[in-house]
Amino acid sequence: MIGFFKSLAVTLQSMLRKPVTVQYPGEHLPMSPRYLGFPGLLWDDAVDEPACTGCLVCARYCPTDCITVSMKDNPLHKEGKSKRRKIVDDFQIRMERCILCGICVEVCNFEAIAMTDYHEEADISRGDLIATKEDLFRMGRDYQKRAGIVVGAGSGSEGEE
Amino acid sequence: MVAEADLQTVDMLLNMGPQHPSTHGVFRIVLTIDGERIVDAEPHIGYLHRGTEKLCERENYRQIITLFDRLDYVANFNNELVFVMAAEKLMGLEVPERAQFIRVILAELNRISSHMLFYGAFGTDIGVLATPFMYGFRERERIQQLFEAVTGARMMHSYFRVGGVADDLPDGFTAHTRALLDELKRGVQECDRLLTYNEIFLERTVNVGAITGEEAIDFGVSGPVLRASGVPMDVRVAEPYLVYDRFDYEIPLGKNGDCWDRFWVRIEEMRQSIAIVEQALAMMPEGPFQAPVAKFGFVRPPRGDTYARAENPRGDFGVYLVSQGENTPYRVKIRGPSFCNLMALKRMTVGHYIADAVVILGSLDIVLGEVDR
Ligand code: SF4
Ligand code: SF4
Repeated sequence: MIGFFKSLAVTLQSMLRKPVTVQYPGEHLPMSPRYLGFPGLLWDDAVDEPACTGCLVCARYCPTDCITVSMKDNPLHKEGKSKRRKIVDDFQIRMERCILCGICVEVCNFEAIAMTDYHEEADISRGDLIATKEDLFRMGRDYQKRAGIVVGAGSGSEGEE
Repeated sequence: MVAEADLQTVDMLLNMGPQHPSTHGVFRIVLTIDGERIVDAEPHIGYLHRGTEKLCERENYRQIITLFDRLDYVANFNNELVFVMAAEKLMGLEVPERAQFIRVILAELNRISSHMLFYGAFGTDIGVLATPFMYGFRERERIQQLFEAVTGARMMHSYFRVGGVADDLPDGFTAHTRALLDELKRGVQECDRLLTYNEIFLERTVNVGAITGEEAIDFGVSGPVLRASGVPMDVRVAEPYLVYDRFDYEIPLGKNGDCWDRFWVRIEEMRQSIAIVEQALAMMPEGPFQAPVAKFGFVRPPRGDTYARAENPRGDFGVYLVSQGENTPYRVKIRGPSFCNLMALKRMTVGHYIADAVVILGSLDIVLGEVDR
């Protein structure tokens, strides 16, 4: 009998409290500025070209081998507009294998890739889970604008987090 | 009427798992039962085997940290810690004090969040449907938000590095943690009040799955399960690592080694962890958070081997590391506390009812990611 009233007291107590539940698809929890979302490629606005040179370093150090990169000669370099001799030709990240570890961002020497805050990238077919160059630039450039990252402004860890 | 002695009875095999809601992952246990009593219990593991130890032989020291996150996926910081400690030991690296304090704070908070998960899941195992689970996850969520602010990820942090941590703590960390600790104190108190001395809870757990200290030692059990049997063994005290020798805290000990003791030890441990974090916050010095090592943490420890261990929420987690002086280890052997604690399962369950098997398994608090590796 005492136990019954005790449990009733717990029920009443929680009735009077504000719920801690967040109704997810409608509401979102605030994300930390360091949030490790899906990696995206950054854009060099000064030259209006990708910051990525296709150097393959990220692909080599990715623990799950989910990055595919190829490079080509940079036409803007011949015209003398850009310092990048080579530029990214194709870039793919396989979302279903990426573990969002951030190693690609750490090892990139050109601040060309960043962990964006995109995280709702679920899809219904496997093929759609391959992020193409266009997808990566869409995410990266949008994030860049919101986070105020300028490629080439400083050296080092500008693009991180 | 046939006399009972003339009846031909056979034991029945009951297959629990791998898809059973109370096996905490993909774990299978084959029970031989005589009526409702358990005569034999045989665990089958390996459903979550990912070959972590083998993978460690081809990944470099920075990449392996991501693998260790995924071993015991409820206590990620504690796992990372042991691996980086092993590598540092081999390299003879002095870790800056600030980094050591950051590690202690995060590891202890992780212990609380892990025990909170245990609290929720154990309540459900007993049959208290939703309330403990909600309480546990409410507290856990608060801790995870702090983790997200520090590392950017809620669970798979990969934040510890050989020689320190990846980044300094974010602004406002101390205030955030202090507020969190106040909430946690209230939360632990509430959890304690709800379940610990509840009549039905006592009926279900006291004297269920009891194991003596000597038996526990014989089985190689460690962590809260061992301490519930009254054996004062905690790696933090026995072989202090990081800066654990500077804090003032107690090691809660049980008496009977039954399910209730195992539960109570964990509740008390949460309180002690809160005390440790409080002291660590007050003592944390300023300074560098990373010792100078190779770029990106791609270290090459010298030829040799070493063993590092630490007290995980589940027990004594150890890593045996052999290096040939290359950028990948030659061999990494992991001693998983869940795996060793599982050894005692048969001894604990035999003679009890089927329903108690669920409770006993829950009280061991295994995480299959680390059992199967
Ligand atoms: S993202 Fe960076 S590391 Fe990867 S190919 Fe481009 S420039 Fe190289
Ligand atoms: S975040 Fe990690 S897994 Fe994902 S692409 Fe980068 S390196 Fe690979």
